[in-house]
Amino acid sequence: MTPAPDGATAADRLPNSETASSDQALAEQGYDLCPAAAAPGRILLIACGALAREILAVTRQSGLEHLDLICLPAKLHNTPEHIPDAVRAAVTRHRASYPEIKLLYADCGTGGRLAALCDALGIEMLPGAHCYALFDGIGRFAARGEMTSFYLTDFLVRQFDAFVWRPLGLDRHPELRDLYFGNYRSLVHLAQVEDAATADLAAEHAARLGLAFERRLTGYGDLGASLETWARPGGERGSASRDI
Amino acid sequence: MSEDESGEEIILSDLDDAELVEQMFDDLYDGMKEEIEEGVRILLGRGWPPYRVLTEALVGGMKIVGEDFRDGILFVPEVLLAAGAMKGGMAILKPLLAETGAPTIGKMVIGTVKGDIHDIGKNLVSMMMEGAGFEVVDLGINNAVEAYLEAMEAEKPDILGMSALLTTTMPYMKVVIDTLVARGLRDDYIVLVGGAPLNEEFGRAIGADAYCRDAAVAVETAKALIARRHNRAAAG
Repeated sequence: MTPAPDGATAADRLPNSETASSDQALAEQGYDLCPAAAAPGRILLIACGALAREILAVTRQSGLEHLDLICLPAKLHNTPEHIPDAVRAAVTRHRASYPEIKLLYADCGTGGRLAALCDALGIEMLPGAHCYALFDGIGRFAARGEMTSFYLTDFLVRQFDAFVWRPLGLDRHPELRDLYFGNYRSLVHLAQVEDAATADLAAEHAARLGLAFERRLTGYGDLGASLETWARPGGERGSASRDI
Repeated sequence: MSEDESGEEIILSDLDDAELVEQMFDDLYDGMKEEIEEGVRILLGRGWPPYRVLTEALVGGMKIVGEDFRDGILFVPEVLLAAGAMKGGMAILKPLLAETGAPTIGKMVIGTVKGDIHDIGKNLVSMMMEGAGFEVVDLGINNAVEAYLEAMEAEKPDILGMSALLTTTMPYMKVVIDTLVARGLRDDYIVLVGGAPLNEEFGRAIGADAYCRDAAVAVETAKALIARRHNRAAAG
Protein backbone atom coordinates (compact mmCIF):
# COMPACT_ATOMS: atom_id res chain seq x y z
CA MET A 1 0.00 0.00 0.00
CA THR A 2 1.05 3.58 -0.63
CA PRO A 3 2.05 5.18 2.69
CA ALA A 4 0.89 8.73 3.47
CA PRO A 5 3.28 11.47 4.54
CA ASP A 6 3.22 12.25 8.24
CA GLY A 7 1.55 15.36 9.52
CA ALA A 8 -1.39 15.55 7.13
CA THR A 9 -4.99 14.90 8.13
CA ALA A 10 -6.69 11.90 6.59
CA ALA A 11 -8.77 14.03 4.24
CA ASP A 12 -5.66 15.90 3.09
CA ARG A 13 -3.84 12.73 2.25
CA LEU A 14 -6.07 11.43 -0.52
CA PRO A 15 -4.87 12.72 -3.86
CA ASN A 16 -7.11 14.99 -5.92
CA SER A 17 -10.46 13.24 -5.93
CA GLU A 18 -11.05 13.96 -9.59
CA THR A 19 -7.87 12.47 -10.95
CA ALA A 20 -8.02 9.14 -12.66
CA SER A 21 -4.58 8.28 -11.30
CA SER A 22 -5.74 8.38 -7.66
CA ASP A 23 -8.73 6.16 -8.48
CA GLN A 24 -6.32 3.80 -10.14
CA ALA A 25 -4.12 3.78 -7.04
CA LEU A 26 -7.16 2.99 -4.87
CA ALA A 27 -8.00 0.17 -7.23
CA GLU A 28 -4.53 -1.30 -7.57
CA GLN A 29 -2.56 -0.55 -4.40
CA GLY A 30 -5.00 0.81 -1.83
CA TYR A 31 -3.93 3.53 0.59
CA ASP A 32 -2.54 3.63 4.07
CA LEU A 33 -3.63 6.96 5.49
CA CYS A 34 -3.09 6.31 9.16
CA PRO A 35 -0.19 7.69 11.18
CA ALA A 36 2.69 5.39 12.05
CA ALA A 37 1.81 5.40 15.78
CA ALA A 38 -1.82 5.80 16.80
CA ALA A 39 -2.74 8.32 19.48
CA PRO A 40 -4.95 7.03 22.32
CA GLY A 41 -8.64 6.90 21.56
CA ARG A 42 -8.28 6.65 17.81
CA ILE A 43 -10.18 4.02 15.85
CA LEU A 44 -8.82 2.33 12.75
CA LEU A 45 -11.06 1.82 9.74
CA ILE A 46 -9.94 -0.86 7.31
CA ALA A 47 -11.87 -0.30 4.11
CA CYS A 48 -12.22 -1.27 0.50
CA GLY A 49 -10.45 1.24 -1.75
CA ALA A 50 -13.74 1.71 -3.61
CA LEU A 51 -15.14 3.44 -0.50
CA ALA A 52 -12.16 5.67 0.34
CA ARG A 53 -13.52 8.98 -0.96
CA GLU A 54 -16.94 8.44 0.52
CA ILE A 55 -15.56 7.48 3.94
CA LEU A 56 -13.34 10.55 4.02
CA ALA A 57 -16.26 12.74 2.93
CA VAL A 58 -18.44 11.40 5.75
CA THR A 59 -15.73 11.72 8.40
CA ARG A 60 -15.01 15.27 7.23
CA GLN A 61 -18.68 16.28 7.19
CA SER A 62 -19.36 14.73 10.58
CA GLY A 63 -16.15 15.90 12.23
CA LEU A 64 -15.08 12.33 12.99
CA GLU A 65 -11.42 13.20 13.02
CA HIS A 66 -10.47 10.46 15.46
CA LEU A 67 -10.99 7.81 12.77
CA ASP A 68 -7.91 6.69 10.88
CA LEU A 69 -8.22 4.94 7.55
CA ILE A 70 -6.38 2.37 5.54
CA CYS A 71 -7.75 1.00 2.29
CA LEU A 72 -7.10 -2.35 0.71
CA PRO A 73 -6.90 -2.44 -3.09
CA ALA A 74 -10.38 -2.16 -4.57
CA LYS A 75 -9.40 -4.69 -7.24
CA LEU A 76 -9.83 -7.42 -4.61
CA HIS A 77 -13.49 -7.24 -5.59
CA ASN A 78 -12.64 -9.14 -8.74
CA THR A 79 -11.27 -12.01 -6.64
CA PRO A 80 -13.40 -11.97 -3.47
CA GLU A 81 -11.85 -15.22 -2.27
CA HIS A 82 -8.72 -13.17 -1.50
CA ILE A 83 -10.46 -10.50 0.58
CA PRO A 84 -10.47 -12.38 3.92
CA ASP A 85 -6.70 -13.04 3.82
CA ALA A 86 -5.99 -9.41 2.96
CA VAL A 87 -8.21 -8.25 5.82
CA ARG A 88 -6.59 -10.66 8.25
CA ALA A 89 -3.13 -9.40 7.27
CA ALA A 90 -4.16 -5.75 7.72
CA VAL A 91 -5.74 -6.39 11.12
CA THR A 92 -2.67 -8.30 12.26
CA ARG A 93 -0.38 -5.49 11.09
CA HIS A 94 -2.27 -2.74 12.96
CA ARG A 95 -3.70 -4.50 15.98
CA ALA A 96 -0.92 -3.47 18.35
CA SER A 97 -1.47 0.21 17.53
CA TYR A 98 -5.26 0.21 17.49
CA PRO A 99 -7.30 -1.56 20.17
CA GLU A 100 -10.41 -0.72 18.16
CA ILE A 101 -10.63 -1.67 14.49
CA LYS A 102 -13.71 -1.56 12.21
CA LEU A 103 -13.99 -3.19 8.83
CA LEU A 104 -15.68 -1.27 6.04
CA TYR A 105 -16.52 -4.16 3.80
CA ALA A 106 -19.92 -5.75 3.30
CA ASP A 107 -20.00 -9.46 2.45
CA CYS A 108 -18.72 -8.53 -1.02
CA GLY A 109 -19.11 -11.96 -2.57
CA THR A 110 -17.20 -13.81 0.13
CA GLY A 111 -20.18 -16.03 0.93
CA GLY A 112 -20.07 -15.29 4.65
CA ARG A 113 -16.32 -15.93 5.01
CA LEU A 114 -15.63 -12.30 5.85
CA ALA A 115 -18.26 -12.31 8.58
CA ALA A 116 -16.78 -15.50 10.02
CA LEU A 117 -13.33 -13.92 10.01
CA CYS A 118 -14.61 -10.80 11.75
CA ASP A 119 -16.25 -12.97 14.41
CA ALA A 120 -12.96 -14.78 14.93
CA LEU A 121 -11.00 -11.53 15.10
CA GLY A 122 -13.59 -9.82 17.28
CA ILE A 123 -14.13 -6.85 14.96
CA GLU A 124 -17.26 -5.36 13.44
CA MET A 125 -17.99 -5.04 9.73
CA LEU A 126 -20.60 -3.34 7.57
CA PRO A 127 -23.93 -5.06 7.14
CA GLY A 128 -25.38 -6.13 3.80
CA ALA A 129 -24.24 -7.96 0.72
CA HIS A 130 -22.21 -5.21 -0.96
CA CYS A 131 -21.60 -1.48 -1.15
CA TYR A 132 -24.46 -0.91 -3.59
CA ALA A 133 -26.94 -1.93 -0.91
CA LEU A 134 -25.13 0.20 1.66
CA PHE A 135 -25.37 3.36 -0.43
CA ASP A 136 -28.96 2.73 -1.44
CA GLY A 137 -29.87 1.83 2.15
CA ILE A 138 -29.84 -1.83 3.19
CA GLY A 139 -33.58 -2.03 3.82
CA ARG A 140 -34.55 -0.03 0.77
CA PHE A 141 -32.26 -2.04 -1.49
CA ALA A 142 -33.71 -5.33 -0.29
CA ALA A 143 -37.26 -4.04 -0.66
CA ARG A 144 -36.67 -3.09 -4.29
CA GLY A 145 -35.93 -6.72 -5.19
CA GLU A 146 -34.37 -5.65 -8.47
CA MET A 147 -33.03 -8.84 -9.91
CA THR A 148 -32.23 -7.55 -13.38
CA SER A 149 -30.39 -4.34 -12.46
CA PHE A 150 -26.63 -3.97 -12.73
CA TYR A 151 -25.31 -1.40 -10.25
CA LEU A 152 -22.45 1.05 -10.40
CA THR A 153 -21.36 3.46 -7.68
CA ASP A 154 -19.49 6.67 -8.57
CA PHE A 155 -16.18 4.87 -8.08
CA LEU A 156 -17.20 2.01 -10.32
CA VAL A 157 -18.47 4.39 -12.98
CA ARG A 158 -15.04 6.03 -13.07
CA GLN A 159 -13.25 2.67 -12.92
CA PHE A 160 -15.65 0.80 -15.21
CA ASP A 161 -12.97 -0.39 -17.61
CA ALA A 162 -10.74 -1.69 -14.81
CA PHE A 163 -13.52 -3.42 -12.86
CA VAL A 164 -15.98 -4.54 -15.52
CA TRP A 165 -14.93 -4.20 -19.12
CA ARG A 166 -11.39 -5.56 -19.06
CA PRO A 167 -11.77 -8.31 -16.39
CA LEU A 168 -14.67 -9.74 -18.38
CA GLY A 169 -12.52 -9.72 -21.50
CA LEU A 170 -14.90 -7.36 -23.31
CA ASP A 171 -12.00 -5.24 -24.56
CA ARG A 172 -10.75 -8.29 -26.47
CA HIS A 173 -14.03 -10.09 -27.09
CA PRO A 174 -16.97 -7.66 -27.21
CA GLU A 175 -19.06 -10.47 -28.68
CA LEU A 176 -19.27 -11.94 -25.17
CA ARG A 177 -21.28 -8.95 -23.90
CA ASP A 178 -24.69 -10.54 -24.12
CA LEU A 179 -23.49 -13.77 -22.51
CA TYR A 180 -22.62 -11.72 -19.42
CA PHE A 181 -25.38 -9.12 -19.50
CA GLY A 182 -28.16 -10.71 -21.54
CA ASN A 183 -30.30 -11.38 -18.46
CA TYR A 184 -29.97 -7.80 -17.17
CA ARG A 185 -32.40 -5.08 -18.18
CA SER A 186 -30.92 -1.89 -16.74
CA LEU A 187 -27.78 -0.29 -15.42
CA VAL A 188 -28.49 1.71 -12.27
CA HIS A 189 -26.02 4.42 -11.31
CA LEU A 190 -26.19 4.84 -7.54
CA ALA A 191 -24.66 8.32 -7.37
CA GLN A 192 -23.00 9.47 -4.17
CA VAL A 193 -22.56 13.06 -5.34
CA GLU A 194 -24.09 15.30 -7.98
CA ASP A 195 -21.65 15.28 -10.86
CA ALA A 196 -22.74 15.68 -14.44
CA ALA A 197 -19.58 14.17 -15.92
CA THR A 198 -19.92 10.97 -13.85
CA ALA A 199 -23.60 10.75 -14.74
CA ASP A 200 -22.82 11.08 -18.45
CA LEU A 201 -20.12 8.45 -18.16
CA ALA A 202 -22.54 6.06 -16.44
CA ALA A 203 -25.03 6.55 -19.26
CA GLU A 204 -22.30 5.73 -21.76
CA HIS A 205 -21.51 2.51 -19.89
CA ALA A 206 -25.18 1.52 -20.00
CA ALA A 207 -25.17 2.02 -23.76
CA ARG A 208 -22.00 -0.06 -24.11
CA LEU A 209 -23.68 -2.89 -22.21
CA GLY A 210 -26.91 -2.55 -24.17
CA LEU A 211 -28.90 -1.77 -21.02
CA ALA A 212 -31.48 0.86 -20.11
CA PHE A 213 -30.05 3.57 -17.86
CA GLU A 214 -31.29 4.87 -14.53
CA ARG A 215 -29.57 7.22 -12.11
CA ARG A 216 -30.39 7.52 -8.41
CA LEU A 217 -28.77 10.05 -6.14
CA THR A 218 -28.21 8.08 -2.93
CA GLY A 219 -25.66 10.23 -1.13
CA TYR A 220 -23.68 8.14 1.32
CA GLY A 221 -26.69 6.11 2.42
CA ASP A 222 -26.11 3.88 5.44
CA LEU A 223 -22.35 4.46 5.37
CA GLY A 224 -22.76 7.61 7.47
CA ALA A 225 -24.94 5.84 10.03
CA SER A 226 -22.38 3.06 10.44
CA LEU A 227 -19.48 5.44 10.88
CA GLU A 228 -21.29 7.68 13.33
CA THR A 229 -22.45 4.72 15.43
CA TRP A 230 -18.97 3.30 15.55
CA ALA A 231 -17.38 6.67 16.30
CA ARG A 232 -19.78 7.67 19.09
CA PRO A 233 -17.95 7.65 22.46
CA GLY A 234 -18.95 4.51 24.34
CA GLY A 235 -20.72 3.27 21.20
CA GLU A 236 -22.32 -0.09 21.82
CA ARG A 237 -20.65 -3.07 20.17
CA GLY A 238 -22.52 -4.30 17.17
CA SER A 239 -24.92 -1.39 17.15
CA ALA A 240 -23.94 -0.31 13.64
CA SER A 241 -25.18 -3.55 12.23
CA ARG A 242 -28.43 -3.38 14.14
CA ASP A 243 -29.20 0.23 13.31
CA ILE A 244 -29.04 -0.04 9.57
CA MET B 1 -9.10 -19.96 -39.93
CA SER B 2 -6.60 -22.30 -38.28
CA GLU B 3 -2.96 -21.37 -38.68
CA ASP B 4 0.23 -23.22 -37.90
CA GLU B 5 3.14 -21.74 -35.90
CA SER B 6 4.53 -19.93 -38.94
CA GLY B 7 1.16 -18.32 -39.64
CA GLU B 8 0.40 -20.52 -42.65
CA GLU B 9 -3.24 -21.44 -43.13
CA ILE B 10 -4.04 -25.01 -42.12
CA ILE B 11 -6.43 -26.90 -44.37
CA LEU B 12 -8.29 -29.09 -41.88
CA SER B 13 -9.38 -31.61 -44.46
CA ASP B 14 -5.71 -32.23 -45.41
CA LEU B 15 -4.92 -33.48 -41.89
CA ASP B 16 -5.12 -37.14 -40.93
CA ASP B 17 -7.48 -38.09 -38.10
CA ALA B 18 -4.95 -37.80 -35.29
CA GLU B 19 -3.64 -34.47 -36.59
CA LEU B 20 -7.16 -33.15 -37.03
CA VAL B 21 -8.18 -34.06 -33.47
CA GLU B 22 -5.01 -32.40 -32.20
CA GLN B 23 -5.81 -29.30 -34.28
CA MET B 24 -9.38 -29.30 -32.94
CA PHE B 25 -7.99 -29.26 -29.40
CA ASP B 26 -6.07 -26.11 -30.35
CA ASP B 27 -9.06 -24.54 -32.10
CA LEU B 28 -11.32 -25.30 -29.14
CA TYR B 29 -8.75 -23.76 -26.81
CA ASP B 30 -8.74 -20.65 -29.01
CA GLY B 31 -12.54 -20.52 -29.20
CA MET B 32 -12.70 -20.94 -32.98
CA LYS B 33 -16.28 -22.01 -33.50
CA GLU B 34 -16.36 -22.23 -37.30
CA GLU B 35 -13.21 -24.36 -37.36
CA ILE B 36 -14.67 -26.70 -34.73
CA GLU B 37 -17.85 -27.07 -36.77
CA GLU B 38 -15.77 -27.81 -39.85
CA GLY B 39 -13.66 -30.35 -37.95
CA VAL B 40 -16.77 -32.13 -36.67
CA ARG B 41 -18.19 -32.38 -40.19
CA ILE B 42 -14.90 -33.72 -41.55
CA LEU B 43 -14.70 -36.45 -38.89
CA LEU B 44 -18.34 -37.41 -39.43
CA GLY B 45 -17.65 -37.51 -43.18
CA ARG B 46 -14.80 -39.91 -42.53
CA GLY B 47 -17.20 -42.27 -40.82
CA TRP B 48 -16.54 -41.46 -37.17
CA PRO B 49 -19.60 -42.23 -35.03
CA PRO B 50 -21.03 -39.03 -33.47
CA TYR B 51 -20.27 -40.26 -29.95
CA ARG B 52 -16.60 -40.74 -30.84
CA VAL B 53 -16.38 -37.22 -32.29
CA LEU B 54 -17.94 -35.87 -29.12
CA THR B 55 -15.76 -37.70 -26.65
CA GLU B 56 -12.41 -37.75 -28.44
CA ALA B 57 -12.40 -34.38 -30.19
CA LEU B 58 -14.71 -32.07 -28.23
CA VAL B 59 -14.70 -33.40 -24.66
CA GLY B 60 -10.99 -34.17 -24.94
CA GLY B 61 -10.36 -30.55 -25.94
CA MET B 62 -12.64 -29.10 -23.26
CA LYS B 63 -10.83 -31.20 -20.66
CA ILE B 64 -7.65 -29.25 -21.44
CA VAL B 65 -9.58 -25.98 -21.26
CA GLY B 66 -11.05 -27.03 -17.91
CA GLU B 67 -7.67 -27.98 -16.49
CA ASP B 68 -6.07 -24.72 -17.59
CA PHE B 69 -8.97 -22.77 -16.10
CA ARG B 70 -8.54 -24.63 -12.82
CA ASP B 71 -4.80 -23.90 -12.87
CA GLY B 72 -5.27 -20.19 -13.53
CA ILE B 73 -3.84 -20.31 -17.06
CA LEU B 74 -7.16 -19.57 -18.77
CA PHE B 75 -9.81 -17.17 -17.50
CA VAL B 76 -13.56 -16.90 -17.84
CA PRO B 77 -13.62 -15.02 -21.19
CA GLU B 78 -11.44 -17.65 -22.85
CA VAL B 79 -13.48 -20.49 -21.33
CA LEU B 80 -16.67 -18.88 -22.65
CA LEU B 81 -15.20 -18.66 -26.13
CA ALA B 82 -14.11 -22.29 -25.97
CA ALA B 83 -17.57 -23.24 -24.73
CA GLY B 84 -19.12 -21.33 -27.61
CA ALA B 85 -16.97 -23.29 -30.04
CA MET B 86 -17.92 -26.57 -28.40
CA LYS B 87 -21.57 -25.55 -28.53
CA GLY B 88 -21.22 -25.15 -32.30
CA GLY B 89 -19.88 -28.69 -32.57
CA MET B 90 -22.51 -30.04 -30.19
CA ALA B 91 -25.31 -28.50 -32.26
CA ILE B 92 -24.23 -30.68 -35.18
CA LEU B 93 -23.77 -33.80 -33.07
CA LYS B 94 -26.82 -33.64 -30.81
CA PRO B 95 -29.46 -34.79 -33.32
CA LEU B 96 -27.09 -37.49 -34.55
CA LEU B 97 -26.43 -38.69 -31.01
CA ALA B 98 -30.17 -38.97 -30.42
CA GLU B 99 -30.58 -40.99 -33.63
CA THR B 100 -27.73 -43.34 -32.86
CA GLY B 101 -28.77 -43.96 -29.26
CA ALA B 102 -25.50 -42.83 -27.73
CA PRO B 103 -25.04 -44.01 -24.15
CA THR B 104 -26.43 -41.83 -21.36
CA ILE B 105 -24.83 -42.20 -17.96
CA GLY B 106 -27.38 -40.22 -16.02
CA LYS B 107 -29.89 -37.40 -16.09
CA MET B 108 -29.60 -34.00 -14.45
CA VAL B 109 -32.07 -31.21 -13.78
CA ILE B 110 -30.21 -27.95 -13.30
CA GLY B 111 -31.18 -24.33 -12.67
CA THR B 112 -30.15 -21.05 -11.08
CA VAL B 113 -32.05 -20.42 -7.86
CA LYS B 114 -34.84 -17.93 -7.20
CA GLY B 115 -33.81 -14.30 -7.24
CA ASP B 116 -30.69 -14.93 -9.29
CA ILE B 117 -30.29 -14.31 -13.01
CA HIS B 118 -26.68 -15.43 -13.39
CA ASP B 119 -26.23 -18.41 -15.64
CA ILE B 120 -22.74 -18.47 -17.08
CA GLY B 121 -21.44 -21.13 -14.69
CA LYS B 122 -24.65 -23.12 -14.92
CA ASN B 123 -24.51 -23.08 -18.71
CA LEU B 124 -20.92 -24.30 -18.66
CA VAL B 125 -21.89 -27.13 -16.33
CA SER B 126 -24.85 -28.06 -18.56
CA MET B 127 -22.65 -28.22 -21.62
CA MET B 128 -19.85 -30.16 -19.98
CA MET B 129 -22.33 -32.62 -18.48
CA GLU B 130 -23.93 -33.17 -21.86
CA GLY B 131 -20.50 -33.68 -23.35
CA ALA B 132 -19.73 -36.25 -20.68
CA GLY B 133 -22.81 -38.26 -21.61
CA PHE B 134 -25.43 -36.93 -19.20
CA GLU B 135 -28.89 -35.91 -20.31
CA VAL B 136 -29.43 -32.39 -19.02
CA VAL B 137 -32.71 -30.58 -18.44
CA ASP B 138 -31.87 -26.91 -17.96
CA LEU B 139 -34.49 -24.90 -16.10
CA GLY B 140 -32.77 -21.56 -16.73
CA ILE B 141 -32.63 -18.76 -14.16
CA ASN B 142 -34.68 -17.59 -11.16
CA ASN B 143 -36.18 -20.94 -10.15
CA ALA B 144 -38.49 -21.24 -7.16
CA VAL B 145 -38.64 -24.52 -5.27
CA GLU B 146 -41.87 -25.39 -7.10
CA ALA B 147 -40.10 -25.23 -10.45
CA TYR B 148 -37.43 -27.66 -9.27
CA LEU B 149 -39.99 -30.05 -7.79
CA GLU B 150 -42.15 -29.98 -10.89
CA ALA B 151 -39.17 -30.70 -13.15
CA MET B 152 -37.95 -33.52 -10.91
CA GLU B 153 -41.37 -35.08 -10.84
CA ALA B 154 -41.63 -34.88 -14.61
CA GLU B 155 -38.06 -35.77 -15.55
CA LYS B 156 -37.08 -38.25 -12.82
CA PRO B 157 -33.42 -37.18 -12.88
CA ASP B 158 -30.55 -38.78 -10.99
CA ILE B 159 -29.06 -35.40 -10.15
CA LEU B 160 -30.36 -32.00 -9.10
CA GLY B 161 -27.93 -29.16 -9.79
CA MET B 162 -28.39 -25.70 -8.30
CA SER B 163 -26.38 -22.58 -9.02
CA ALA B 164 -26.17 -19.13 -7.39
CA LEU B 165 -23.79 -16.22 -7.84
CA LEU B 166 -25.03 -13.99 -5.05
CA THR B 167 -24.49 -14.24 -1.33
CA THR B 168 -28.11 -13.16 -0.98
CA THR B 169 -29.50 -15.96 -3.16
CA MET B 170 -27.32 -18.92 -2.20
CA PRO B 171 -29.32 -19.65 1.00
CA TYR B 172 -32.27 -20.50 -1.24
CA MET B 173 -30.52 -23.78 -2.06
CA LYS B 174 -31.25 -24.85 1.49
CA VAL B 175 -34.92 -24.02 1.01
CA VAL B 176 -35.03 -26.45 -1.91
CA ILE B 177 -33.13 -29.19 -0.07
CA ASP B 178 -35.24 -28.75 3.08
CA THR B 179 -38.37 -29.09 0.97
CA LEU B 180 -37.03 -32.32 -0.52
CA VAL B 181 -36.34 -33.60 2.99
CA ALA B 182 -39.78 -32.59 4.22
CA ARG B 183 -41.40 -34.47 1.36
CA GLY B 184 -39.27 -37.54 1.86
CA LEU B 185 -37.62 -37.07 -1.55
CA ARG B 186 -34.11 -36.05 -0.58
CA ASP B 187 -32.54 -39.49 -0.89
CA ASP B 188 -33.99 -39.97 -4.37
CA TYR B 189 -31.50 -37.48 -5.86
CA ILE B 190 -27.86 -36.56 -5.88
CA VAL B 191 -27.77 -32.83 -5.11
CA LEU B 192 -24.85 -30.80 -6.48
CA VAL B 193 -24.40 -27.08 -5.82
CA GLY B 194 -22.07 -24.47 -7.24
CA GLY B 195 -21.44 -20.76 -7.67
CA ALA B 196 -18.75 -18.21 -6.90
CA PRO B 197 -19.58 -17.40 -3.25
CA LEU B 198 -20.12 -21.04 -2.23
CA ASN B 199 -17.62 -23.41 -0.68
CA GLU B 200 -17.50 -26.99 0.54
CA GLU B 201 -18.50 -26.03 4.05
CA PHE B 202 -21.64 -24.31 2.76
CA GLY B 203 -22.50 -27.32 0.62
CA ARG B 204 -22.23 -29.60 3.65
CA ALA B 205 -24.16 -27.21 5.88
CA ILE B 206 -27.19 -27.06 3.60
CA GLY B 207 -27.25 -30.82 3.06
CA ALA B 208 -26.01 -31.04 -0.53
CA ASP B 209 -24.10 -34.12 -1.64
CA ALA B 210 -21.26 -32.02 -3.01
CA TYR B 211 -20.10 -28.52 -3.81
CA CYS B 212 -18.50 -28.25 -7.26
CA ARG B 213 -16.03 -25.42 -7.75
CA ASP B 214 -16.19 -25.49 -11.55
CA ALA B 215 -17.76 -27.30 -14.48
CA ALA B 216 -14.98 -29.88 -14.78
CA VAL B 217 -15.30 -30.77 -11.10
CA ALA B 218 -19.08 -31.00 -11.51
CA VAL B 219 -18.66 -33.62 -14.23
CA GLU B 220 -16.15 -35.67 -12.24
CA THR B 221 -18.25 -35.44 -9.08
CA ALA B 222 -21.42 -36.41 -10.91
CA LYS B 223 -19.72 -39.44 -12.47
CA ALA B 224 -18.29 -40.57 -9.15
CA LEU B 225 -21.57 -40.19 -7.25
CA ILE B 226 -23.56 -41.94 -9.99
CA ALA B 227 -21.07 -44.84 -9.93
CA ARG B 228 -21.29 -45.02 -6.11
CA ARG B 229 -25.07 -45.07 -6.36
CA HIS B 230 -25.00 -47.90 -8.88
CA ASN B 231 -22.58 -49.85 -6.71
CA ARG B 232 -24.82 -49.38 -3.69
CA ALA B 233 -27.85 -50.51 -5.67
CA ALA B 234 -25.97 -53.57 -6.92
CA ALA B 235 -24.81 -54.45 -3.40
CA GLY B 236 -28.22 -53.82 -1.85
